[in-house]
Amino acid sequence: MAQIFKKTTNYFAQTMVFGAVVVVGLLGWAVDRTSRSDYTTRAHLEREQPVPFSHAHHVGGLGVDCRYCHTSVETSSFAGIPPTKTCMNCHSQIWLTSPTLEPVRASFRTNKSINWVRVHDLPDFVYFNHGIHVNKGVGCETCHGRVDKMPLTAQENSLQMEWCLNCHRNPEKYIRPREFSTTMGYEPNGDQEEIGKKLIAEYKIQDARALTSCSTCHR
Amino acid sequence: MRTNSKLGAIVLSLAGLVACRQDMHDQPKYIPLRPSTFFADGRSARPTVEGTVSRGHLNEDTVLHTGKGADGKPVNEFPFAVTKEVILRGQQRFNVYCTPCHDRTGNGNGMIVRRGYRHPPSYHSDRLRQVPHGYIFDVITNGFGAMPDYAAQIPVEDRWAIVAYIRALQLSQQASINDVPAEARGQLGGAK
Repeated sequence: MAQIFKKTTNYFAQTMVFGAVVVVGLLGWAVDRTSRSDYTTRAHLEREQPVPFSHAHHVGGLGVDCRYCHTSVETSSFAGIPPTKTCMNCHSQIWLTSPTLEPVRASFRTNKSINWVRVHDLPDFVYFNHGIHVNKGVGCETCHGRVDKMPLTAQENSLQMEWCLNCHRNPEKYIRPREFSTTMGYEPNGDQEEIGKKLIAEYKIQDARALTSCSTCHR
Repeated sequence: MRTNSKLGAIVLSLAGLVACRQDMHDQPKYIPLRPSTFFADGRSARPTVEGTVSRGHLNEDTVLHTGKGADGKPVNEFPFAVTKEVILRGQQRFNVYCTPCHDRTGNGNGMIVRRGYRHPPSYHSDRLRQVPHGYIFDVITNGFGAMPDYAAQIPVEDRWAIVAYIRALQLSQQASINDVPAEARGQLGGAK
């Protein structure tokens, strides 16, 4: 009986066996890189806004505190997007004729909201509260990055669960004294882990077991 | 029969594609400021109907909420005791909401003024040192002249804390070396 396969087909079989391992490995690596990439998480992506609002100018240049506009950040789950009235506090007299600011003035005249584009969008099945974080010594900068250097606002971090857990597992690496919560470019006065541990005791921050329990964030 | 199972496999694998939807990420519910297609103005957060009073917000304490007494004139008292914590809270809130124009000393040379906003009067004029506490509270609440109102940005208690801190600022600019305890005077470099 004649052979069905030629002898050279052996090379095929060998390549297929070892190739499969490599291909599966490569695929896994590609999926991992893609799911964590800025392309997927939309980190560092500047969104186009109806008015090109610059945090770099208002925070970095003028020194306006975060809370001047985001008034509810210490007391509510939501930091608050300022109403047009807050813009007009200053812009009723400053940059009065700027065409860039026309949408702001139009919104104030007509009482129609400005449709700001949301930059940080957590999945709806995640419970997140700004108030507790700010009051327990998580700085704005810790999650949002150097907003005072962002001409257009972009998300600084992935906002993926592994990123949240980074801090929930080891809060001592990130906690700062409350009075510096809105400080940009904060430098710990000494060893961060030592200060962090002291503040965790002082602010009664729960242990990693409680902070990483499923129902802490998925409730 | 065989074609049927093939067909079934194709349908199943197509159903797998549907799993790429993000229904749980974007649930049909309102989170703060999420737009609504139901209301004509597109806002999911509804303004209160005129005349509505939220439970617990009757604001019967007119001194606390308006800074004015029964006679409609600004009061010269605080609705709660002014402790050191109140003044420190006032300092913090003052530095957030007031310093952009009034600057940290209350002279009115804040960053926004340097960018062209109308110069506010200094707190350290005789007139403003004489005004009652309730007057300052009223200006924060309703605005005055070029100054917009801050009722929406600063809660009532914080407004009073700011008033207390402004009083402290006014005292600080009128202080003499006699106000400093004798043993602490040496710590002030260059003080006469």
